[in-house]
Amino acid sequence: MSWTRREALLGLGSIPILGAVWWAGAYGTVGKKREQAALLEQLNIKPSLPSPVPAISGEPVRVGIIGFGIRGEQLCRSLGYATDEWIADMEKAAARAKKEGRPFTALEDFRSQDPLNIRIVGICDVFDIHAEKAVRSFSTPEQAVKRYTTHTDMIRSGDVDAVVIATPDHWHAPMSIEALRNNVHVYVEKPMTHTLAETYQLREAVRNSKAVFQVGHQHRQTLSFKTAQDIVDKGVLGHVSLITTNTNRNDDNGAWNYDIHPDANPETIDWEQFLGSAPEIPFNKNHFFRWRKWWAYGSGLSGDLLTHDYDRLNCVLKMGMPRSVMASGGIYTHRDGRNVPDVLQVNFEFPDFNTGSSQTPNKERGMTFTYSASLGNGFNRPTMLMGHDASMELGNRLTIWPDSGSTRFAKQLESGSMAPQTPIYRYDPSETALDGVSSATSQYFADKGLMWTYIDGKRVDSTFLHMREWLSVIRNGGNVSCGIQEGFEEAMSAHMAGLSWKLGRRIEWDPQEEVIVPIEGVDLDAVLLESPSGVG
Amino acid sequence: MSSTSNKWGLKQSITLLRILIGWHFLYEGIVKVYNPDWTSFGYLATAQGPLKPVFQALTSEAVLPWVDTLNWAALVFVGITLLMGLFERAGALVGVGLLLMYYLAHPSWPGMAQINTEGSYWIVNKNLIEAVACLVLFYYPTGNVFGLSRFFSKNKATSKTELS
Repeated sequence: MSWTRREALLGLGSIPILGAVWWAGAYGTVGKKREQAALLEQLNIKPSLPSPVPAISGEPVRVGIIGFGIRGEQLCRSLGYATDEWIADMEKAAARAKKEGRPFTALEDFRSQDPLNIRIVGICDVFDIHAEKAVRSFSTPEQAVKRYTTHTDMIRSGDVDAVVIATPDHWHAPMSIEALRNNVHVYVEKPMTHTLAETYQLREAVRNSKAVFQVGHQHRQTLSFKTAQDIVDKGVLGHVSLITTNTNRNDDNGAWNYDIHPDANPETIDWEQFLGSAPEIPFNKNHFFRWRKWWAYGSGLSGDLLTHDYDRLNCVLKMGMPRSVMASGGIYTHRDGRNVPDVLQVNFEFPDFNTGSSQTPNKERGMTFTYSASLGNGFNRPTMLMGHDASMELGNRLTIWPDSGSTRFAKQLESGSMAPQTPIYRYDPSETALDGVSSATSQYFADKGLMWTYIDGKRVDSTFLHMREWLSVIRNGGNVSCGIQEGFEEAMSAHMAGLSWKLGRRIEWDPQEEVIVPIEGVDLDAVLLESPSGVG
Repeated sequence: MSSTSNKWGLKQSITLLRILIGWHFLYEGIVKVYNPDWTSFGYLATAQGPLKPVFQALTSEAVLPWVDTLNWAALVFVGITLLMGLFERAGALVGVGLLLMYYLAHPSWPGMAQINTEGSYWIVNKNLIEAVACLVLFYYPTGNVFGLSRFFSKNKATSKTELS
């Protein structure tokens, strides 16, 4: 072998190429990481894990279920109790998904959920089929689940420590109040109340009771919202002047046209009890299964879905009650006899709200919170927080873009280390998890962070976390994340939106007196309950 | 004369092809080595086509770290062998295997969603072309034209006909 220069070049020439490619790859990657790390360090955003709750020790908490419909069944699953029918359905769905090569994890998620130290001991449902299903599925040889005819019987039996209320809205407050007066702990679905008067009565009842009260806004357990809170607190967004939240659904289930059970009839349903305080009308299956469509029992978009968005943001921003509300909309997509609007736009005004400012003091103050909803379109519009320095998209994922006119980031924008179209922060705890979402409605909730959250990369049902927190507080004391103050604000702001839509005028809040500013000659509660003329 | 110069051109072209493919593999490997957050999860989890269950099975918690490590190790191995012109036939073969797997995880067949592709493809895409190019490198080693094999080959490219 002759060591000529030509030989060396042809033999060893590839080494510097290898070195160059290696260096370029390493330098580029490490450099980008470093840049990112520097930016994050500057922003100082630290996703915080929820504090672990103390264990629910001792004897199992004896739980009674009031209302065992769609939501009632879901809540029971979060407590670790699934019906035989649901398990059979999920096994079928899992087999189908497997055949089609789709991920489907509902059953697996349910089975891997940590057990809670509770026992379902009682059930209350005015529909025999529902009540019997619970008794059959949840009874064990040692412990038969008892069916009670009324919630009062159950609460006063002395056999239940806590109740879970998943009934139509007009029953939420009367049942909660009855339980609290008997020092029975309460987990109640949203909206917390159906009228203004009830909202005050319930607040009083909580204040005078030894029992623990939690409103079912499970998203308060979602990790991305805790991160969002940190981001806003650190002033990354600057002054937030506008928040836009949305509902877009375009399917029967999303428009509350739930299935009507074939065995439903006046013999199997205690219609009198279902009606309660609602106007007396003859037996009506449509009203029974699809009660969300009438003001007599529900409150449509404002009570059902706006409350989720309002509370999501109230959890992040703690903005409290709006000073005023204006709403408009109509029944435009489902003219099927309902009397709640299916297209609704609500503007909440918070004139004193401030998230900190990067500009001259006192230049910025005040914020509008917009809720825009249609049940006739399924396009996914994200929740956006619009600040002077940055915009944030908030859901289960979280993304922040710097604003081209930002004061805080002016230098970085000019030097090119930030660009308005490029996110400066992205938080996606689901990146390393495979999600099997089955329906449009569950996708709607999942995208909003309302169904589950991620802890250490593992998917966890947020309702499970929310109920676990409630049970832990029952046993160990402490505070729940959605207690009476949060519930009061959620319910009142929803009622203000409903009133504004019904009256076609601005509804104002008096923060000193903690009342809706009275309108002469108008009984606000009567308006809230009445069926608008011309529809329904 | 013309036939000799053609062969010389072919040899040079394939050598160049080898360098470029080695370059590409090495860079893809190195970028992953130096990024601890990198994972093949997304690519595998969104797999399509007949082998979808196989690729999705690789995303299980127990297997994924091995898949990730094997992937970057294989990329770097192909990169180094092709660039250096040493064990290049083994490298080319591993390259064919890797590229066929990438291709089958997201085949550019009609009716399948094209994810993260910068061009338009029908059945044939760049992964498939690069796989065939690696096949050429396997059958036509050029390490003794440019590369470390020169020092181990008795039959150096001094003669202009050695590859005929």
